[in-house]
Amino acid sequence: MSDTLLSNADHGAANRERVRKSLARRHRSETMFRWAGILSIAAALGFVAILFGMIISKGLPSFWQSTVHVEVYFDPELIEGGPQPQRQDSASDADHRAAMVQWQRDVTLSNWNAIVDTALRTSAPDFEIETRDLLELVTSAARFQLRDRYFADPDVLGQTVPVTILASANTDNWLKGTIDRSQPDSRQQLSASTRQLADELLAEGVISFDFAWHIFTNVDSRSAPASAGLAGAFMGSLYMMLIVIVLAVPIGVASAVYLEEFAPKNRWTDLIEVNINNLAAVPSIVFGLLGAAVFINYLGLPRSAPLVGGLVLTLMTLPTIIIATRSSLRAVPPSLRQAALGLGASRNQTVFHHVLPLTFPGILTATIIGVAQALGETAPLLLIGMSAFIANIPANPLDSATALPVQIYLWQGNENRNFFEARTSAAIMVLLGMMILLNAIAIFLRTRLERRK
Amino acid sequence: MNAFVIAALLLVLLTISYQVGWSRSRRLAGASSERLHSRPIYHGVLVALFALLPAIVVLGLWALFSGSVSRAFILAQLPPETAQLSQVQLQAAIGRVQAIATGFGVAGEPAPEEVAAARAFETFQLVSFLAVIGAAAALGAGALFLAQRRIGLRLRARTEVEIAVRIGLIACSTVAILTTIGIVLSLLADALRFFSFINPLEFFFGTTWNPRFQSTGTGSAGEYGLLPLLWGTVMISLIAMLVAVPIGLMSAIYLSQYAHERVRNVVKPIIEVLAGIPTIVYGFFALVTVGPFLAGVGDAVGLDINATSALTAGVVMGIMIIPFISSLSDDIIAQVPRAMRDGSLGLGATQSETIRRVLLPAALPGIVGAILLAVSRAIGETMIVVLAAGNSPVLRFNPAEPTSTVTVSIVNQLTGDADFTSPQSLVAFALGLTLFVMTLLLNVLALYIVRKFREQYE
Repeated sequence: MSDTLLSNADHGAANRERVRKSLARRHRSETMFRWAGILSIAAALGFVAILFGMIISKGLPSFWQSTVHVEVYFDPELIEGGPQPQRQDSASDADHRAAMVQWQRDVTLSNWNAIVDTALRTSAPDFEIETRDLLELVTSAARFQLRDRYFADPDVLGQTVPVTILASANTDNWLKGTIDRSQPDSRQQLSASTRQLADELLAEGVISFDFAWHIFTNVDSRSAPASAGLAGAFMGSLYMMLIVIVLAVPIGVASAVYLEEFAPKNRWTDLIEVNINNLAAVPSIVFGLLGAAVFINYLGLPRSAPLVGGLVLTLMTLPTIIIATRSSLRAVPPSLRQAALGLGASRNQTVFHHVLPLTFPGILTATIIGVAQALGETAPLLLIGMSAFIANIPANPLDSATALPVQIYLWQGNENRNFFEARTSAAIMVLLGMMILLNAIAIFLRTRLERRK
Repeated sequence: MNAFVIAALLLVLLTISYQVGWSRSRRLAGASSERLHSRPIYHGVLVALFALLPAIVVLGLWALFSGSVSRAFILAQLPPETAQLSQVQLQAAIGRVQAIATGFGVAGEPAPEEVAAARAFETFQLVSFLAVIGAAAALGAGALFLAQRRIGLRLRARTEVEIAVRIGLIACSTVAILTTIGIVLSLLADALRFFSFINPLEFFFGTTWNPRFQSTGTGSAGEYGLLPLLWGTVMISLIAMLVAVPIGLMSAIYLSQYAHERVRNVVKPIIEVLAGIPTIVYGFFALVTVGPFLAGVGDAVGLDINATSALTAGVVMGIMIIPFISSLSDDIIAQVPRAMRDGSLGLGATQSETIRRVLLPAALPGIVGAILLAVSRAIGETMIVVLAAGNSPVLRFNPAEPTSTVTVSIVNQLTGDADFTSPQSLVAFALGLTLFVMTLLLNVLALYIVRKFREQYE
């Protein structure tokens, strides 16, 4: 460019100067534009990094929880109810159960706290501490844990057995330092002597940080936060995902096949198509309203049940699966259909024997992605009562249950923030882990199956 | 036991009918010089369809009504004064009889009339079960007999089976329509019931949101002004767009125009991870990290920013929407014909000039459509605002203060043990209807723009 300018002597230096200036300006703006792009990408990547970094750094420590290892003496003087009742030949099932219930009630009413107390004192014999403060050291579920241990094996009566008991949430906070250690006594949740004992036991190795398996095997707990786990929510989510897979996939694939392969192009099918696109964009909470009004209020299905949650999530996932299946059906070359039809196959045979098998990878990945979406959905579940506190693992899809994301919602609102912020992050890690796993399976299947085609 | 018998019956019926249809059609084909219209498989399936349908209908009806019928039977067996008991006691009395009848027994000595009722109930159960199974089997067998008589060389078994399959497919595709109808009807019905309590004008133009909680009964109902919630929704969506549009658009431009193929292949999926994260996680992130961070920044520069505020919720929602905007604009920019780009570059424009003066104006309608889609998603988003917006439904214009949105109020009004007759819970459906209509209009508009734009180059 500058060559032509040079040859033009009249305009000479002035022009050259002008062009050089404008070029410099243009190049500057080019660089700035480029940098704006780079910065945006850096920001987006930064958000991903901060999000994951925060959750992992907060959540990881709560997978290791302070645990007390003690020798428990199942004292016959303290445990009431006598030996386990044996089945009498004359008794009906109901009579036998009544006797068992009576025995269990007696055992439950025994002074289990005293047994916990004795066990803790034997591990620190020289330490002066009041019973109330001592019991603060371990989770309040300890007495139920020992009781259940006894129910499972009544022969331990009168024996001394090693047992691991979770430390209480407050002890865990103290030992991990998630609570400010320099606060004065009045601001601490534990008494001075309990704190001292906790430190001492940690030094002696009676308390250690063990992997918190109970996060995966326990259900949520209100009275004993240290023992709260995800098992109930996990089962609830599992039932819902099963319902979603069993209902959404066949219905979704069938309607996609009909719309793409059979449907005449008329006002009805247009309506269905517009409908599906709209459904895909309806806010999820509206599906929750639908579930509350139709499934619970009108059809009278039980509140908080995974069945209702599963149905709501099915309706939500359906458009995803239909749209994805349709696009993979569209990707099957028409020559394949024409060949099948030309050889005398009926339209059903063409579709079910030749076209549909080719779309399996597409359907499979769409299913997994839809299920992953449904797995993380929270808002509609709140409206159908799945945010209720449930202390049981649901035995079937009609039992009350909660779900993983709803459990996260419940835990983030817990008053014991020092403890539950970490526990919430741990639950999020479990949820994200499952979603990443699902997506990885989807990607793996897609690459694997598509290559074979 | 019952389930086992029923499953066995259906299985036997299925096997026999399929076998009958299959073998009869084969015999026929062997005996005649003419060829069958359909292959034996289709004859088998057709006969099985015919045989199973009536049996399934009978069993289905029984499953629907057996519960109430057996309750009525037990009630009739018990002494007449039982009927006067309260609902709960009645339930318990019936439960006792059922427990004795199953052989599980009740604790203690059962009363003689209970035992008598239980004996009668046992007989009734057995008889009714046998009757139903018998009816199902007989109907199935009858249908099987009729169906197998139809088998002939000219029977278009395949066509009929295909029609049945087609009907099944059509039934499946109406589920989507039924869902929409269900949404509209349930929202509309309950919203109308709400409007019978509250004047719609008061709802749509009221400026106070104070739905007083329902322990006070269905009496005076509180104030239901939509405007504070609507403003909160709009403000948070605006903030989200201010975050998401520049970052999303610039990322899309950089990735599609500047970045090396290898960089693009790594960066794009990472950004898309943001779209797959559940919104409850974003809510927690906003509450625990972003909110305190923004409050700290506010302290440092002398601004009063609440940790839970419209700003926090908006910023985090913006982060959530970035991949949505970037992938949609990426698609749309890629659709601008290459010739336009090359022409501009050939005239000596720099790359950024080409993008700003040629690509973006050409792609603008599509990008606007993408932004509208993102807005509708922001309006419907729930968990982030539930956790991070502070839930303070007051009409105010400072984004650094707590606010509330339509979705938050739906959650608040419907969680807990709501009965569906008070305006306090019915208002959720009026809010839902508003939300549904708003997002629907935005979506339709956005899809219209995007589609219109696509046609220009096709």
